[in-house]
Amino acid sequence: MSDSIFDHDHHFPAADDPADIPAHLLRQTPLDLPNPAELEVLRHYTRLSQKNFSIDTQFYPLGSCTMKYNPRIAHAMAVLPGFARLHPDTPAPAMQGLLRVLWELQEWLAAVTGMAAVSLTPAAGAQGELAGVAMIRAYHAARGDQGRRKMLIPTAAHGTNPASARMAGFEVVEIPSLADGDLDMEALDRHLGADVAGIMLTNPSTLGVFERRIAEIAGHVHAAGGLLYYDGANLNAILGRVQPGRMGFDVMHLNLHKTFATPHGGGGPGAGAVAVQERLRPFLPLPTVTREAEGAWRWTSEADLPRSIGRLSAHGGNIGVLLRAHAYLRRLGRAGVGRVSVYAALNANYLLKELQRVGYQAAFPERRASHEFILGVSDLQQATGIRALDVAKRLLDFGIHAPTIYFPQLVPECLLIEPTETESKATLDRFVAVMARIRQEALEQPELLRAAPHHLPVGRLDEALAARRLDVAAVR
Amino acid sequence: MPYIPHDAAETAAMLAAVGIQRLDQLFDEIPAALQAADMALPEGLSEMALQRELEHRALDNAPLRCFAGAGAYAHHIPAIVWDIASRGEFYSAYTPYQPEASQGTLQVLYEYQSFITRLTGLEVSNASLYDGASGLAEACLMALRIQGGEPAILVPEHLLPSWRRVLDSMLGLQRIRLRSVPYDPDTGTLRLPGDAGGAAALIIPQINGFGVLEAVDALTDWAHAHGLLAIAVVNPLALALLKAPGEWGARGADMAVGEGQPLGIPLTGGGPYFGFLACRKAHVRQLPGRLVAKTVDGQGREGFCLTLQAREQHIRRGKATSNICTNQGLMVTAATIHMAALGGHGLRRTALTCHQRASRLRKHLAALPEVRLPYAGPFFHEFVLRLPRPASAVRDALLGHGILAGVPLADSGLGEAGDLLVCATELLEEADLRAYRDALAAVLETV
Repeated sequence: MSDSIFDHDHHFPAADDPADIPAHLLRQTPLDLPNPAELEVLRHYTRLSQKNFSIDTQFYPLGSCTMKYNPRIAHAMAVLPGFARLHPDTPAPAMQGLLRVLWELQEWLAAVTGMAAVSLTPAAGAQGELAGVAMIRAYHAARGDQGRRKMLIPTAAHGTNPASARMAGFEVVEIPSLADGDLDMEALDRHLGADVAGIMLTNPSTLGVFERRIAEIAGHVHAAGGLLYYDGANLNAILGRVQPGRMGFDVMHLNLHKTFATPHGGGGPGAGAVAVQERLRPFLPLPTVTREAEGAWRWTSEADLPRSIGRLSAHGGNIGVLLRAHAYLRRLGRAGVGRVSVYAALNANYLLKELQRVGYQAAFPERRASHEFILGVSDLQQATGIRALDVAKRLLDFGIHAPTIYFPQLVPECLLIEPTETESKATLDRFVAVMARIRQEALEQPELLRAAPHHLPVGRLDEALAARRLDVAAVR
Repeated sequence: MPYIPHDAAETAAMLAAVGIQRLDQLFDEIPAALQAADMALPEGLSEMALQRELEHRALDNAPLRCFAGAGAYAHHIPAIVWDIASRGEFYSAYTPYQPEASQGTLQVLYEYQSFITRLTGLEVSNASLYDGASGLAEACLMALRIQGGEPAILVPEHLLPSWRRVLDSMLGLQRIRLRSVPYDPDTGTLRLPGDAGGAAALIIPQINGFGVLEAVDALTDWAHAHGLLAIAVVNPLALALLKAPGEWGARGADMAVGEGQPLGIPLTGGGPYFGFLACRKAHVRQLPGRLVAKTVDGQGREGFCLTLQAREQHIRRGKATSNICTNQGLMVTAATIHMAALGGHGLRRTALTCHQRASRLRKHLAALPEVRLPYAGPFFHEFVLRLPRPASAVRDALLGHGILAGVPLADSGLGEAGDLLVCATELLEEADLRAYRDALAAVLETV
């Protein structure tokens, strides 16, 4: 039986109702939250924290998620009282320090991406995607080009891409990839036309390889009147080396909680800044920060950008996350940013070769890995019935977080592995040794993997029971 | 090299294993013409220099006594809240897709969902959305999925303008019509429209954009009588005192949504905060965002996992209930610890103190000769002052007294030019309230 916060409850007299609020507007039943002592709260949540894997305690080779070290200095700077106590409706003259930081981050992200302008407001990658495709829609509409209702998306794309396109009112058309991982150009050409608003791509793609014909793709899409959206999920692979703006992309989002080392926090908050070429600047989501001629900073409003797609949150976005990304970029500087993709690629390619050496099969053995790569364990499945899921669960027993599994869906029994640049060769070597051992176990004692994990607070959970019972809140 | 551990010998060994000589060769599949990033970035800083620079920037933000609210509120946060939430095991963990390695985060989310259902009087809460305003947009989309029919929502004209603009942007993309319902200028409360005009839902803000409490029972009953869903927009701290949405009217509101920031989240210039969304169990399959359930493992041990993931984008892709993926997990962790640290009694005491301080402040300010209170009805911790000068000019002048006086409503198109939305929380003591009164009196003589 696990410890529950509801087990800690002390009863004190409750505060009286206020006399000047009519009784029919007040709570009819007492608020039934527990009343633990502070030390009980401290122990309960400290113990819960110890049931988590985290970057601070474990290696996380989690493909497409860029689980790199989250520098503690960035956290320390974001919680300085001068930032933390700032009310969002503080007039600009009283928040110059924050506005300057945000303006610098806009400038730096524009420089990194090769884009003309940036808005920091989207709260996460998916909201950045929504803002991006909404800008594509607004751009076509502003030109009187009303028939472009389709958004092209590779079959292997992140699930958020089609979901965001649909939330922006588009119809989604999927484009397949070829056996070598590149996009099927013939299929692309077949679908391009006057009803296509654009295409959403990641590059390197979700298959872990660079889309070599990107310039050609951009040419075809632009010739057909469409725009190119860059999903920044994989930006770590090319940071400081290839700018999406130079590849021909018109609009993109960045996942600051991946590429720029802000924490994942057990599922957020993220930040999904968007960057655009000049022709999309008028449509950027509000607010952005602008520098007045005399060197004072202020928020922009509808008066500055009357054709903006509007606002995505009540205020300026996940500012605490933006502060952390700013600190990270400032610490790294130009040289440090350039090193990120180099060592991310070195770690990925090294790991790929080492894992092949111990018997694993690469999905694209002829291709150079980007910052991540895909292994398939169909051979194990055929030999012993062991699946990617079993390998992933067994890794947990060795104190290593599972890689991304069953994504992208077009490679059967796949593991998508991304080590990031902040891991040492020793960590990678230990991972290879563990993977070699797991492979041996899979062949010799497959039941050990099927029942994994063995050494965690719980084993595999009954997810069907969870959905059927739907116990989603503790009842009194 | 900051945060990169490789020494020269390790790099050389790794290159050799890959079968190349130079780091550049790692990028040999990328056309050379694309590899010329000449970025206008500054040089890097040492950690010490970085800290000096940012501490300086933080000091460029003036410390002010905060009387502003309008959806973001200055509250005391017990030290243990962020001490625990900042532990690396919470701070640097991933989304709990591997439940065996994420029981800490998952149980926190389950407790959070439990707390929110008890505050709102509804049966199900998701594990958070980005913020209150975008959460309301999601609630509207959810109502439309449940109801079908004409894509229209009834929106009070005196919803916080910052929230209304988010609805306009997000719902406008799907050609959903937002029909404004006017307020009564004498009371600052919602005036019921004659008919529902086929809309799917009525938004009922308790507390509204003027800080006035609405007659929520009658509004909820009206919505249901006209075949609409009732979407409650609520302040979670106020719910320690005020009637829970699940108890509004004869049948209760169908959904409750709000800004979670008052539950232990620092103001930080506007975010990150989190949105909460609660609903009835019958509607759970239309709920956007992550949801945690209790279950058992193969040995019968109790555990927690994400559930009903077929609603979500990583499974359902273009047919998901929302595109949301990353939510506000760490904020919810802090909010859960905050609610536990205060406890039910502490939340209620804090809410009551806010109400008492705001009531005192309102009396102090109303005693000034040129200051009017346009709305007489009951309120929680926020109210409108009607000033004889433009509220933004008065607000700016009070900055010189170290006071953030409130939020001028006319700047965002609500109310009159002299209307200032003022808030008082438990942080402001009697001396602060008097300082505000005296400074306002002085400013009104000069502005």
